[in-house]
Amino acid sequence: MNQQIEVSNLIVRYGHHLVLDRVTFSIKKGDYIGLVGANGSGKTTLVKALLGLVPIEQGIIKFENSTLKKGYLPQIALTNDSLFPAEVKEIVGIGLLSDKKRPKIINKEDQKKIDDILERLNIMPLKNKRIGDLSGGQQQRVLLARAMVNKPEVLILDEPTSALDPRVREDFYKLIHEINTIDGTTIVLVSHDLGSVQKYAKKMLVLDREVVFYDEVSKFTSSFGHDHFHLDGEA
Amino acid sequence: MHIINLMSEALQYGFMQRAILVGVLIAICSALLGIFLVLKKFSMIGDGLAHVSFATVAIALLLNTSPLFVSIPVVIVASLAILRLNEKANLHGDAAIGLISSFSVAFGVLIASVSQGFNVDLFSFLFGSILLISQSDVWLSLILATVVIITVVYFYNDLFAITHDESFASVMGINTKRMNSLIAVLTAVTIVLGIRVVGTMLISSMIIFPTVTALQISKSFKSTILISAIVSVASVLIGVIGSFVFNLPSGASIVMVNAMFFLIALIIKRLR
Repeated sequence: MNQQIEVSNLIVRYGHHLVLDRVTFSIKKGDYIGLVGANGSGKTTLVKALLGLVPIEQGIIKFENSTLKKGYLPQIALTNDSLFPAEVKEIVGIGLLSDKKRPKIINKEDQKKIDDILERLNIMPLKNKRIGDLSGGQQQRVLLARAMVNKPEVLILDEPTSALDPRVREDFYKLIHEINTIDGTTIVLVSHDLGSVQKYAKKMLVLDREVVFYDEVSKFTSSFGHDHFHLDGEA
Repeated sequence: MHIINLMSEALQYGFMQRAILVGVLIAICSALLGIFLVLKKFSMIGDGLAHVSFATVAIALLLNTSPLFVSIPVVIVASLAILRLNEKANLHGDAAIGLISSFSVAFGVLIASVSQGFNVDLFSFLFGSILLISQSDVWLSLILATVVIITVVYFYNDLFAITHDESFASVMGINTKRMNSLIAVLTAVTIVLGIRVVGTMLISSMIIFPTVTALQISKSFKSTILISAIVSVASVLIGVIGSFVFNLPSGASIVMVNAMFFLIALIIKRLR
């Protein structure tokens, strides 16, 4: 099967600080990659590099095609700012802008797409609510809707559950699992929650500036076990 | 009855008509830009650029030329410099604005002190004077304000996206640097046009007040802009006409009306 994303010898540096060192791996269509590692291991930088948000010093990131649609759920829920004056439908509409030509008007067809994704993620009643008035879990679903409204082929999530309580977190993981299995969307999930990653992801990528482990989750479990791998970098 | 007579009399004068037209245009521009500046925590850019325009007005008066023609290019360059300083020199945005604005005020004061004779003119630019608005200023304001309004409407969704979340906007293919520069340039133009009406000391309030007022009671991004524009235009109309009726300075009157609207919005928010 063709690779959807190929990363080879990727080096990223912030000033003099080497953040990613010759990172090489590839992702197939429909994969579900759990990206784990200690704080400062370069996880967020790696996903930002995949999204073109940080300059790379060396190496290649190759996509299956130049128009590969990427969805992104960032690490921090920026909308936690309760003063941000936007309704859920306005926020989700931002996810449609990549396909549009200026003046990038959100038309009736787009409104239908927004309604469809809100319905799919069970947040239709929130459509006209102000984003800042929602709970953390609801905000996260809205941002997921923003990432998914354009039907991305790859969905990249950077520690999406860090601010959620355990029950909401489990629901969220189930939802991402469903998006992967039913829609066939490739998932790259950055997480500190090793248990959930092992439960839902197909492959595990352990990062410590360089790739420490990249294979099926079952092989990770047989190599490191469930309890002997810590995200403080000690295996 | 007397006040109504004075109000209708005010509208007969050419200078009042010009002040109201230019004031309303500035009000709409500043309301359109204010939301992006306030939410990006860059609202003091207006204050910084106003200080820069003080220096450019001093230069223009020294050279005996139109302040608008000197101010617009210089303040545009300053706005882009503030952005670059903010991005590249590891300075916080506020510090970058502080550096440029204090340097500009010092420069303006030095020019004023070595050049006798135009201090009265300079004072009227500090606090605004609607008597200064000429017919050519009206035409230039009309053209530039139209450009600002059309540009913001045309790029509305891109500007909304970068205001909410720059990283996601980048993933959506939006050039965030270019959009930030666009906001800075449009703000520079609005500031320069506005100093005629409210003066360099008070122009930033026209950018901040209406947006912060609207934020108290609005629910959506679009409604914030709409409420902000209504508050801004109403403040200019009441402020300019009120300043004529009660013989008060126009700039300060506009700011006072803006402050009054803010208090009303705050009370409405508390009562909800």
